[in-house]
Amino acid sequence: MLEIGVNHYLILSGILFSIGFMGVLRRKNLLMLFFATEVMLNAVNIAFAAIGNYYGDLSGQMFAFFVIAVAASEVAVGLGLLIVLYKKYGSLDLDVISSMKG
Amino acid sequence: MYETIAFYTFAISTTILFLITVMSKNVLYAMTALASGMVMISGFFFLLGADFLGVVQLIVYVGAVMALYGFAMMFFDATRDIKEKHQNPALVFLLGGLMALMFVVIFSAPIIGDNVQALYPIVEGVGNAQAVGMVLFTKYLVPFEVAALMLLVAMIAGIILAGKKMDYSLTTSEAADEEINVEEKLQADIEREKGEA
Repeated sequence: MLEIGVNHYLILSGILFSIGFMGVLRRKNLLMLFFATEVMLNAVNIAFAAIGNYYGDLSGQMFAFFVIAVAASEVAVGLGLLIVLYKKYGSLDLDVISSMKG
Repeated sequence: MYETIAFYTFAISTTILFLITVMSKNVLYAMTALASGMVMISGFFFLLGADFLGVVQLIVYVGAVMALYGFAMMFFDATRDIKEKHQNPALVFLLGGLMALMFVVIFSAPIIGDNVQALYPIVEGVGNAQAVGMVLFTKYLVPFEVAALMLLVAMIAGIILAGKKMDYSLTTSEAADEEINVEEKLQADIEREKGEA
């Protein structure tokens, strides 16, 4: 309990990922949905860094870097799309935006 | 000892802050909680000896991504509380809880990969930033360049998507826009008349 090992980090990462997943399932607003995906990406980054530290390997950190790069470009494109959607519908609610009857 | 205290402090604060992000009705509160949660996450990276990753997390996530979100929030009405219709909240909590349970089972199981060997071991005698640079610019050079290209594409996409019709206001009413247009036209007419005279 007192000694912090890799399992502590992995369990924490799992909890944070679950919080983000819950947000993705729960949210109806697109902007809030984006926040939840950011939470999930950050949780995965912790797991990468922890496992890299456990094996004494730098690959974990490398993958975390690329995850950050992907997240940054995702935000840039996604926010552009959100602005276009808001201009078109005047709302970011998924129930308003959805046009297919699925 | 200090590591334990730091780990639990960061763990509890990130969990609470991300719960606020996921549960809050107000966009501004959610964004602030997300930004501070990311600051706390960089603490884990410093604890794990990934100094450079922690700094990148602070600069890119807390600096750039959050600034981008704040910029995007100017387009939307952020002061109003978001109304969301939840059809089946119990199911969501059940699924989230099951997923948490699954993760705990997976991660608390004994690690199978005992024969995993470090592909790029941490170089002794140099700092973390230097070691990261050595691996990033030799073994991961192609992914690095691809990531650079991807960021360029994302930048162009962001400019094209958000920059179109930038003069059209989202927040003010269209009537106010009309008035502004009429005034501009009047101004232009007056100036043209002055020019002719």
